[in-house]
Amino acid sequence: MGGENAPPNTEDAVIASDENSNAPLARPAPRSRRPGTEAGGEPLIRAKDFSVFYRTKAAVDKVTFDIEARKVTAIIGPSGCGKSTYLRAINRMNDLIPGCGTSGMLSLEAQPLYEPNVDVVALRKMVGMVFQKPNPFPKSVFDNVAFGPRIHGQAAGERLAEIVERSLRRAALFDEVKDRLGDNALGLSGGQQQRLCIARAIAVDPKILLMDEPASALDPRSTARIEDLIGELRGDYTIIIVTHNMQQAARVSDMTAFFYEGRLVEFGSTDEIFTKPREKETEDYITGRFG
Amino acid sequence: MELGTRKLFDRSFSFVSALAIVLMALSLVILLGPLVVKGSGAFLFRGTIEHRQFMLDKFGRGDREAVEAEAARAEAARAPVYDLLRMFEARLDTADADFRRQYRGDFKDLTGLIGELFGPVPGGEVPVLLRQQYGQTRWDRAQLKLREILMVEEYDYSDQSQMGKKVLKPRVDRFEGTGLEPLFSMLETGARDMLGPRLTLYHRFLFDESFDSHFFGGIWPELLGTVYLALGAMIFAIPLGIITAIYLAEYAGESHLVGLLRTSISSLAGVPSIVFGLFGLAFFINTMKISESKSVLAGALTLAVLVLPTVIRASEEAIKAVPVTYKEAAMSLGASKWRTILTVMLPAALPGVLTSIIISMGRAAGETAPIIFTAAVSVGKPLAVWQTLTQPTPALPWNIYNLATEHEAVDEIRHVQYGMVLTLVVLVLVLNLAAIIMRARILKRLRG
Repeated sequence: MGGENAPPNTEDAVIASDENSNAPLARPAPRSRRPGTEAGGEPLIRAKDFSVFYRTKAAVDKVTFDIEARKVTAIIGPSGCGKSTYLRAINRMNDLIPGCGTSGMLSLEAQPLYEPNVDVVALRKMVGMVFQKPNPFPKSVFDNVAFGPRIHGQAAGERLAEIVERSLRRAALFDEVKDRLGDNALGLSGGQQQRLCIARAIAVDPKILLMDEPASALDPRSTARIEDLIGELRGDYTIIIVTHNMQQAARVSDMTAFFYEGRLVEFGSTDEIFTKPREKETEDYITGRFG
Repeated sequence: MELGTRKLFDRSFSFVSALAIVLMALSLVILLGPLVVKGSGAFLFRGTIEHRQFMLDKFGRGDREAVEAEAARAEAARAPVYDLLRMFEARLDTADADFRRQYRGDFKDLTGLIGELFGPVPGGEVPVLLRQQYGQTRWDRAQLKLREILMVEEYDYSDQSQMGKKVLKPRVDRFEGTGLEPLFSMLETGARDMLGPRLTLYHRFLFDESFDSHFFGGIWPELLGTVYLALGAMIFAIPLGIITAIYLAEYAGESHLVGLLRTSISSLAGVPSIVFGLFGLAFFINTMKISESKSVLAGALTLAVLVLPTVIRASEEAIKAVPVTYKEAAMSLGASKWRTILTVMLPAALPGVLTSIIISMGRAAGETAPIIFTAAVSVGKPLAVWQTLTQPTPALPWNIYNLATEHEAVDEIRHVQYGMVLTLVVLVLVLNLAAIIMRARILKRLRG
């Protein structure tokens, strides 16, 4: 087994009840600040020789790169290159997969994520996620957005309604659903469902939004709306988006990382990657020679 | 294969499937038809004046004056019969020994039967047993009794090579030349006036207590006992079953030990119910001593053990069938595992869980063997809720068996037995129907 730091099973024991949305991930960590105010331009997410293993196979292989706050970072690469695995490592969703382990260092705000004292609940509150397939709960539109604030005890009654409305507005969905807040979310269209999922993630006031191919199951119009939305959210959130669609990466992102067979091949500003890539593999992938 | 052959195979296949469905529907009709027809006889029948008299005496139901007037009319119609009987009895007392020897037995049979038909002789002693204080309350039973009076069963042994053959002979022949003959024609033609049959809807059959071990009244103690047992079983089985299902689906993992556990649970579902009954007696009553002897509590616990495997396995499957994306979404929002299970997984699994629960409830309501040793008695009063902890109860499945086999007058009260069967079947069907409707509603809510 390659995992030096097997994921500790903290999530069963930890109950998120603190009112403070900027709760520290772990007790010794300093109080965190709003995104973008990190002292001395310290990068938000640092990976150093970071690997993720499924049993013995390395899905992410010794990756080292830093993600800056309040930027949109795209991760591109062919299927099975480890980009989703890396994304899911940031909010420790890989813990759900039996036999998954890590080595190296991955830190968020200088706090290593794979340490026994990390509060996974607080981490996931800080790191929202949007999945490939829209996955609203089979509940009402309102209850979907209110789910996060409710379980974290952040708000109730009118304040909760405010949060729900604000989140839906932020996700550019409010006008479409304001008369059907009580209806089942599964009755919405695919694109609306995905924006609802974004609203649901925003509702717990995260700093980071992870998006795992958020538009791949949607039609072009809905895709365009999601991309517009990402543009609007840029600046308020640190967004990391995994995508198959290179045009999409070029359109929405500031920085791009190219993964291939678990390795990070190249990382740089999106302009550079798409206009003058340093690596041959990157160029081949971008020009469509493989992938 | 040639196109023609393939088509032939296809057609014959659909034909066989259609035939299977038709056969199933047919057997259902054959099963349910008589059950409904005979069972409804407990609720809707031609009641005689005796029925109305009983209802008035015991429950104060009906118009007292009307019933008493009708009773008087019936008594007047019966008077000639009693006159003849009295006359014959007087003659029997004064007649010579030969006459007495010849007719005493037959006459005793006859008066006995007439007592069963009309009840005790007016002005005579009141018998101890309730069933002897009234005549036939139902016209169908009265007609059977009447036939028994008119025709006597004899066995014809003339053919030595065979067993005796049953033959019916008119009873009147036995009293030839005694002056009692007009009685039989009187009964034959006047029975209607003497009993006053009238179409009666006895819907209170469900909610009346029974009297004199089901000779009169309804089946409320049995119905209530069944409801207690089924609900009680669910009180124990639901929490335990769902918690176990959650453990198996979400926490147990896939080790060999857990596999063994799963297999054991599945095998438990196939254990004969009589074994559960004996287990309940040995464990809950003899070992745990949760009650002095049989009690509703012990029966409910035994039934809970019986249905637990079903609840566990079905709930586990339902929880496992919840899309993993729901779980991921909840976890990614920072929900802890138990929170995810409680707020997302269980609600999504509810249709499956609920179906298993209600079907198990139907099973618990209908099971006989587990309650024989642990909860059921053949005669009893309706229990109050707190009495269920210590007292046994009559229950529909057990009493159906009891009335069909062990009752002292099985033939006299068939209608009660049929009524119980219909009630039980309808109860279980209603439960299953409720399951289907609830499931559909929740599914609709979940699917939007």
